Amino acid sequence: MSLDKATVRRIATLARIDVQEAELEPLAGELSAILGWIEQLQEVDTSAVAPMTGGTDAALPWRSDVVDDGGQPEKVVANAPDPQDGFFTVPKVVE
Amino acid sequence: MSYLIKGDTGNWEVVIGLEVHAQVVSQAKLFSGASVAFGAAPNTQVSCVDAGMPGMLPVINGFCVAQAVKTGLGLKARINRHSVFARKNYFYADLPQGYQISQYDQPIVGEGTIVLDMPDGSTRTIGIERLHLEQDAGKSIHDMHPQKTFIDLNRSGVALMEIVSKPDLRSPEEAGQYLRKLRSILRYLGTCDGNMEEGSMRCDANVSVRPAGSNELRTRCEIKNVNSVRFVMQAIEHEARRHVDVYESGGTIVQETRLYDSNRDETRSMRSKEMAHDYRYFPDPDLPPLIFDQAFIDKIKASLPELPDDKKERFIRDYALSTYDADVLVAEQENALYFETVAKGRDAKLAANWVISNLFGMLNKQGVAIADSPVKAKDLGALIDLIADNTLSGRMAKEVFEVMVETGKAPAMIVEERGLKQVTDTGAIDAAIDQIIAANPDKVAEYRSGKDKLMGWFVGQLMKATQGKANPGLCGELLKKKLAP
Repeated sequence: MSLDKATVRRIATLARIDVQEAELEPLAGELSAILGWIEQLQEVDTSAVAPMTGGTDAALPWRSDVVDDGGQPEKVVANAPDPQDGFFTVPKVVE
Repeated sequence: MSYLIKGDTGNWEVVIGLEVHAQVVSQAKLFSGASVAFGAAPNTQVSCVDAGMPGMLPVINGFCVAQAVKTGLGLKARINRHSVFARKNYFYADLPQGYQISQYDQPIVGEGTIVLDMPDGSTRTIGIERLHLEQDAGKSIHDMHPQKTFIDLNRSGVALMEIVSKPDLRSPEEAGQYLRKLRSILRYLGTCDGNMEEGSMRCDANVSVRPAGSNELRTRCEIKNVNSVRFVMQAIEHEARRHVDVYESGGTIVQETRLYDSNRDETRSMRSKEMAHDYRYFPDPDLPPLIFDQAFIDKIKASLPELPDDKKERFIRDYALSTYDADVLVAEQENALYFETVAKGRDAKLAANWVISNLFGMLNKQGVAIADSPVKAKDLGALIDLIADNTLSGRMAKEVFEVMVETGKAPAMIVEERGLKQVTDTGAIDAAIDQIIAANPDKVAEYRSGKDKLMGWFVGQLMKATQGKANPGLCGELLKKKLAP
């Protein structure tokens, strides 16, 4: 699978990464190479293996329905630019 | 009785599917130990997981899993003992992780059904496509500052169940019934409080139209976050009409997300979302599959309450109620319980009439919830006893009921205080009749010569003479005997 410039531009936009026009072409080459490398896995016959969603056998740990966190609003917003009245603030999002 | 939209080219049918986001009733969030309580000060119920701090790991709240399974069982749905959490990626200021933990192709609950009770007494079975667990986002507040949007993450990470119907609904009316029935089931189960005004139940509607009789599925539009049953119905009606107009003027419908504006009763296109629709789902590497055994499901199954459909069937069978009465009574668990308390050991049909017409009428008028009713179930039952043993006529019982509403007193006490006891002593009534006959020989003669209609006049005189306390049935009977030629 090889990626073209337009696809790379779209991926960059979705990921909110500012990629310069001149970088698109080289990135397309690098990403295509990575994809090609991973595609080698397709050569392995997995017809008898159930699909996996993780690399370990670890079970999902469960927690009880108990409130044991929160109550630290000043810490939550401590690293945010310009918190006001306990809120995060961002440039106005117009819908 | 099908719902069709009349167009210039013929009739059109509307096809509707609903996606309901129901907030799970729990203490803590889906993947963190922060509280879900409504209305707290901003960012006071936020853990580092909910704030999307780097390096944090989500740990699932087992109770929320049980609530989702319980809801699935209530919807007669398949429960998937193996399900997978996926990341739904999109960029928005109130989504600190940059993705929502949701479920994609392997949800916790699969296909089920929901039975709608239509106003004409018929039922319609609507398919449920799936139910999955996911996190809610934070809250954006746009009106606190001219240049800034304020973000509160208290809601971030709260557990939601997204319940998706099949495109089986065919009218705004059915969509409304679907929401009411779903809300009723969720409230019976105690898995969601169903409060649309506070946003604990939100609805997106997928709407398309097609020529009547056709089976095709045309392009649909999604109407977002409509916050009342009435508005959902209005939004669908409006949107379907818009589709018909577009098709009939030779246009095409583009798949898009639209907002319903209840003030103007119209839908309009949301800011272009072509990018947002590329969610790039993938299994969340922080969360191994969600797996539980059959015993976990069986234990939840054993704890299920009697659900509205079963209760309705039992009310019709055991109390001989009409379908309509049963529907009305079972919609809310509290109403059904109230009715059963009143009906126990009494004439159930009479109990149903009193609860539905008099009690519900009064509660609606006063805007009071049944839990706060000034008339308690045992007192309404006692009032019905007083009708049954002929202490009160139906008309007098209504008077007593009014006083019960005002004072909250027991009916027996009101009867005592106001001397309202119905006269059933035949001697006293006979004496009153004798007086009336003696005072009105001309009327008696007219009656005896065949003017039967005068009976009404005599009953009136008798009620007047006994201050309305004579038993009306008994009056008629005794009058007839005395007036016989």
